[in-house]
Amino acid sequence: MNCPFSLSWNLPQPANFRARVSTLLRAESPDIAEIQRLAAFDLDLTGLDALRKLVKAKREWLTEKVGLTPIRLGIVSSHTVDYLAQALPGTALRHGLVLDVVMAEFGQAAQQLLDRGSDFGRAHLDAILIALDHRALGLSEARLTTTDAESAVDAAVSYAAGLAEGVRNTIGTCCLLQTLVPPSESLFGNYDARFPGSARAMIERFNHRLLFEIAGDTDLILDTASLAALTGLAAWNDARDWHKAKLPAAMDATPLHAEHLCRVLAAARGKSRKCLVMDLDNTLWGGVIGDDGLNGIQLGQGSSTGEAHLALQRYALNLRQRGIVLAVCSKNDEQNARLPFRKHPEMLLREEHIAVFVANWDDKANNIREIAATLNIGIDAIVFLDDNPVERGLVRELLPEVAVPELTEDPADYAGILSRAGYFEAVGLSSEDLKRADYYGANAERASLMKIGNLEDYLASLEMVATIAPFDAVGRVRIAQLINKSNQFNLTTRRYSENEIARFETDPSKFCIQVRLADRFGDNGMISVVIFDCAEFEWHCDTWLMSCRVLGRRVEELVLGHVAAAALRAGALRLTGVYLPTMKNSLVVDHFAKLGFTKISDLPDDGTEWSLDLVGYQPPELPISVVVFGTLVESTRQPQSV
Amino acid sequence: MTRDEAAARLIEIMRDVFDEDDLQYDDSLTADNVEGWDSLSHVRFLVAVEKEFSFRFTSGEIDGLKNIGEALDIIVRRATQ
Repeated sequence: MNCPFSLSWNLPQPANFRARVSTLLRAESPDIAEIQRLAAFDLDLTGLDALRKLVKAKREWLTEKVGLTPIRLGIVSSHTVDYLAQALPGTALRHGLVLDVVMAEFGQAAQQLLDRGSDFGRAHLDAILIALDHRALGLSEARLTTTDAESAVDAAVSYAAGLAEGVRNTIGTCCLLQTLVPPSESLFGNYDARFPGSARAMIERFNHRLLFEIAGDTDLILDTASLAALTGLAAWNDARDWHKAKLPAAMDATPLHAEHLCRVLAAARGKSRKCLVMDLDNTLWGGVIGDDGLNGIQLGQGSSTGEAHLALQRYALNLRQRGIVLAVCSKNDEQNARLPFRKHPEMLLREEHIAVFVANWDDKANNIREIAATLNIGIDAIVFLDDNPVERGLVRELLPEVAVPELTEDPADYAGILSRAGYFEAVGLSSEDLKRADYYGANAERASLMKIGNLEDYLASLEMVATIAPFDAVGRVRIAQLINKSNQFNLTTRRYSENEIARFETDPSKFCIQVRLADRFGDNGMISVVIFDCAEFEWHCDTWLMSCRVLGRRVEELVLGHVAAAALRAGALRLTGVYLPTMKNSLVVDHFAKLGFTKISDLPDDGTEWSLDLVGYQPPELPISVVVFGTLVESTRQPQSV
Repeated sequence: MTRDEAAARLIEIMRDVFDEDDLQYDDSLTADNVEGWDSLSHVRFLVAVEKEFSFRFTSGEIDGLKNIGEALDIIVRRATQ
């Protein structure tokens, strides 16, 4: 806690860290759980460098066999980023990414970004970080007239905008911009804040314009200014380290800096966590409900402990509003556990906010597995908050994929720790996000309904309405989310950036649809994305994915019917597709077979290739009504030569 | 803290940072005779020393370092614990 740069929500790096990394290095197929455990510590630069070497040695195994997401990041900078670059691969492991870094030579930003033939242009980068500081942008010296100040800011904005444009258009990849950290030294003291030509004021205007003028919808932002403010500007700006090595921030801030950068990259790949699982006694309220009773627990006004627990509830509720699913996992009798949710006047969290409520005496690792299964999300999408170090230790040991923040003894710290740990990093907010927590709540109800009657009756009773539309700008954020994070119901697991998806919208050789599904319990939002490549007689499935929320609802049959109809209209004779297995998509191994496709070949690595003759294909009767939006037929390839 | 005690702690850091388990302490060690010691690991090394011995090198001390013996002298003089 004393170092402002520590990742204090993680456990400290253990003394045997390097020995444990060595063991992994020697292993043919290293234990992924052990790798996850090691990456989850608060690592120093040396620890991160050891992990970097591990990633380098085991890259293929980590991406091919374990299924971690490879990502190539380019960095152009106006200062030394070598240390950051060294810390990134180890940090990325913490976020399920296998990261390669390519750095431009010092001061070569424009040359690299404005020329398609540059090293960067040819490096197949997934994203490029433009790391500039105020010195390089001419904003570190005060300007004594307003005109000079304005033209200094204008020049900096236009330079940065040009580089961003280069990343987006010349290189054609995702642009990662960072806000400028102001210097610690002031010229006028407090008057700096209102003097337009002070470095602080100019940098503030630059940052505002960076965020709201330069940054486009598909760009990512690393808010270094806020990060520096959070840790303390005086500590972040280290004059000695700047003079020694042209480091933009204190050397010890590097692991934290790398952590924030990786969070943004991971979030863009859909790897942020989705669900907060909370303990009850001494976590959501003070005391033990089973012993202290409804009137004995501490919650709400009147005691600082009670207010601290209430503040955590308020934070959890705010998370829920932006789409994080809440669940409870408590060692309690269920009646006792539910009592405060029902009867305590100060409780902010109510039963309707909790998608899955588990109170029993089983071990928490099992219960968390159950919660993930009920919600149909991965265990790696879960954060587990518990004041009890024994429970935290057990879950860390048995389920290293779960994020388990280390808490202090003081509940007043809980909300802040959860926030600084950054598990729920977002790079955008879609309308689905705003409704997600409700979907999952409704899902639990659907699950209980499922037990009554037969499946057909159940499906009919859902009164499902599917809405099918071509890719469009409105759906783009959610389409990108699905493409980048769907692992289970995903035939090919091909990932595309928002830029690429935007291009598909107008590409006449692609048939791209987004599918939404509503039922009487609510709107499930966008649940399926399908991309076909349209050749003259054959449409080939590039991507077919679906949210597991709507498994078993016959949506895939509906989608096939729709694609088949469009393909027939365009004059195609057959649909083809491949199943490319990963560690997570065995769910769809028989997808094409179930839809009536015939296997035409086996592919390397257990993949399969399938074909469906459109002549004689009859779409089935389905318990789903369909609304087709947009000009689907026009957005597909027209039958030109037929 | 004696010079020998400090040397014992220092060599542990060096083994860790330069990733060489067999490294033995010697005043004359420099970047030239330790394989993993390059400009990047050098800065990591300084950070690790500062953390272990709870003090901060001045710019002048960093500039003047010739070999590990000189670093050890500074540590013995400056370290508070």
